[in-house]
Amino acid sequence: MSHEVALNMHDVAHEGGHHHHEESFVSKYIFSMDHKMISKQFIITGIVWAIIGGLFSVLFRLQLGFPDTSFPWLEDILGKWAEGGKIKQEFYYALVTMHGTVLVFFVLTAGLSGTFSNLLIPLQVGARDMASPLMNMLSYWFFFAASIVMISSLFVQTGPFSGGWTAYPPLSAVHEMSPGSKHGADLWMVSLALFVVSQLLAGVNYVVTVLNLRTKGMSMARMPLTIWALFFTAVLGLLSFPVLLSGFILLIFDRNIGTSFYLSDIFVQATQEILPNEGGSAILYQHLFWFLGHPEVYIILLPAMGMSSEIISTNARKPIFGYMAMIMSMFAIVVLAFLVWAHHMFVSGLNPFLGSFFVLLTLLIAVPSAIKVFNWLTTIWRGNIRFTPAMLFALGFVSLFISGGLTGIFLGNSALDIHLHDTYFVIAHFHIVMGVASFFGMFAGIYHWFPKMFGRFMNPTLGYIHFWGTIVCAYLIFWPMHYEGLAGMPRRYYDYSQWASFKQFGSLNQFITIVSIVSFFLQFLFVFNFFHSMFKGRKLTNPNPWNSNTLEWTTPIDCGHGNWPGEIPEVHRWAYDYGKDGVDFIPQNVPVGENESEAH
Amino acid sequence: MNIWMLLAMIFMIFLVIFQIAKASEYVSVLKGEKKSREQANSINAVLMIVFLVVGLIGAYYCHKHLTPMTLFPQGSASEEGKEIDKMFIITLVLTGIIFVATQICLFVFSYLYREKEGRKSFYFPHNNTLELIWTIVPAIALTVLVVFGLRHWYKITGDAPANSMVVEITGQQFGWIYRYPGNDKVLGKRSFKLINAAESNVLGQDWADSHNNDDLMPSKMYLVKGVPVKLIIGSKDVIHDVGLPHFRLKMDAVPGIPTTLWFTPNRTTAEMRAETKNEEFEYEIVCDQLCGNSHYAMRGVIEVVTQEEFDKIMSEVKPNYFAAFPDKDPANAKKEAAPAADSVVAKATK
Repeated sequence: MSHEVALNMHDVAHEGGHHHHEESFVSKYIFSMDHKMISKQFIITGIVWAIIGGLFSVLFRLQLGFPDTSFPWLEDILGKWAEGGKIKQEFYYALVTMHGTVLVFFVLTAGLSGTFSNLLIPLQVGARDMASPLMNMLSYWFFFAASIVMISSLFVQTGPFSGGWTAYPPLSAVHEMSPGSKHGADLWMVSLALFVVSQLLAGVNYVVTVLNLRTKGMSMARMPLTIWALFFTAVLGLLSFPVLLSGFILLIFDRNIGTSFYLSDIFVQATQEILPNEGGSAILYQHLFWFLGHPEVYIILLPAMGMSSEIISTNARKPIFGYMAMIMSMFAIVVLAFLVWAHHMFVSGLNPFLGSFFVLLTLLIAVPSAIKVFNWLTTIWRGNIRFTPAMLFALGFVSLFISGGLTGIFLGNSALDIHLHDTYFVIAHFHIVMGVASFFGMFAGIYHWFPKMFGRFMNPTLGYIHFWGTIVCAYLIFWPMHYEGLAGMPRRYYDYSQWASFKQFGSLNQFITIVSIVSFFLQFLFVFNFFHSMFKGRKLTNPNPWNSNTLEWTTPIDCGHGNWPGEIPEVHRWAYDYGKDGVDFIPQNVPVGENESEAH
Repeated sequence: MNIWMLLAMIFMIFLVIFQIAKASEYVSVLKGEKKSREQANSINAVLMIVFLVVGLIGAYYCHKHLTPMTLFPQGSASEEGKEIDKMFIITLVLTGIIFVATQICLFVFSYLYREKEGRKSFYFPHNNTLELIWTIVPAIALTVLVVFGLRHWYKITGDAPANSMVVEITGQQFGWIYRYPGNDKVLGKRSFKLINAAESNVLGQDWADSHNNDDLMPSKMYLVKGVPVKLIIGSKDVIHDVGLPHFRLKMDAVPGIPTTLWFTPNRTTAEMRAETKNEEFEYEIVCDQLCGNSHYAMRGVIEVVTQEEFDKIMSEVKPNYFAAFPDKDPANAKKEAAPAADSVVAKATK
């Protein structure tokens, strides 16, 4: 099979070669079908969104840290949303909502798996491009459209959506329940519907490419762990995003055409009006939402795991420990990801018997997670570690994954979750394990594959400062939050100073705000480094700068559409022959030598 | 300081860092790539150890200074919550050991096995025994936690004891309404269609049901020390959540779907004030589910009292029935209206 495919793809390359020099600016940079260009589009859009989403968090942290102070410059930039230099309640909730939505979907889903699936899948499996370059291009442009709609929702008269990124009805379903539930909410839902379309177009493509377009010799069992991770990510997305879409469509119906899927027994306080809706269930939405919502966590996390595995192995100059166990544990995570959604609903009035299954399955996820952690640790044990910025971020990922993963054991156990649910303990948990850890995976990936994307290096010194600053800030921000959660301090509060139970945390909140502002500005070192190195970075002279085994480094430094100018290399071994028989590294396309010891 | 000045300063600092970083790149070209890589490698390796040590000290410092601010030093205010605290400690010890061990491994290995001239990495692709160990050990540890957890879970979510008092708590944007069944021990029927604030019927009580006639609606939730209480939780509009951090409990209030929760308070508010040496201490009801603009201000208060105090307070509260039908109020029969101060809703803020 793979032989045929290789031949076909060869023809494509010839065609591509003919047209290559005729490409206009628009077809090369804008409506490009080259997976490498699309990955650049994803990463740059992702960076823009990350800055916007980060800025939102800085703004609402200002309110949390300094609830009694007014900042006149806030009124200068936000106008009526910060009259008198103080962020208004409704705008605070809009900021919280947008921060969550943007970071979870636009940055850590599209920006992370969009970028690296596009860049790495064809290059690492040995394909000229994605199975459908057209669909690939469409997936970016649907994402772009979703972005435009989301941005425009920030400018509607009644304000952006403010019902939380989870958008629970009835708050999100009834216009009068909050100012943000007016047109801002409709735009928010339309934007996410477009986003789901983008994810489905992309996901189908990734799965098909991995299954069908692998080069000769690249059996599934020889694929690098990055590809396994991105493959599993795509499968998760394909199976769960449609459920979210259906949930949103029902919500749009409830909002605009008077259906009662989620609504029943409602009296609107603001207008003193009794709504006619009967028979719906607000809990139904939560099931539909979390059926995506939980796999989404792994959609975000798996690419970071895969890339970290690859980067750790390469820079420890050692094979990844337990390759098969790594794949099986990812597979276990994928299966379990679909069976644990209701652990977000332990206090929703769920049947306790049903809840107990979700406890069991949730804590079961800790087993594959533990396997992965121990395997990473064994991989660096007795290695010969090169601390590139990418390696540092990958190791930081492991550290954060341990810290955030362990607090999941508290939250997954329903009896404990009752106290900790919806407190800052949860905020700390998921920001560390899903937010910051995945960001670390993403940074690791960018530092590592930047030379592949742009033919230049990023500045390593800036990378080191970026890493050490960020990891220190990340722990300083989120570690103390656990204690706030233990005091029962609820999330999504605009001001705690009126609460006898929580006002003692005022100075701690201030400290967290200051650190988060520092960490926000620190990220600009990375942004500068990224854009500056794109044009002015040190040029690559060796096509394989990290002495890596995978196929992407066998292409020329500036490879055009089609990736390999000649034949696609044939694969003879797995991706992790580092230090085998005393040889530093043996790329995948090197045939097995006669005297070589038996493979792993 | 002016914000724009501050931004300009940050920009200048960036410029300096950037120039240094750029210069280091030129230096590395001069020195030779290998040499500068070795140097960077040893600096980062040392930083790994520094980070580990400072981090662990920081974690201890954090623990020492922040634990007194949590609710754990005062213990659970409900009998059921004590078990939860115990479970929390067990989980904390178990995960704490794993946390420290794995983080030490991560950073120490990183330091020990930093790149060195002449070191060959050890080709070690897999080992079934090791992999089995770290599949089975976590699995056993987690099984223990699941068993503990589910035992408490079933107890907390199970049926309330037969001698429980019943209190209905209903959320609305943005406040709580409490209703006690009164002398007949039965809460009267209600329906959202009958809600009419203008006629003093914020809960939609059905006056055709005479069980409603003696239902009491005080402005605070009064509970009795040592008497189990069963909360019947509902909402009039959006999803709220009855969060009771001192009692270690929490339950969503969902419109159209009543939920329940039970617990036994073990200390009165007065006892707690003496114990924590805090005159302002209050058992607060925290809304834990985003419910709109004033979500953060949706505060309720529970006052735990002794049985005698409770009986006295309740005898002074007038049934809402009299607010809806002032002519039925025996007090009004004698003299002209003097609306009972403590009778109606908590705050019905708009």
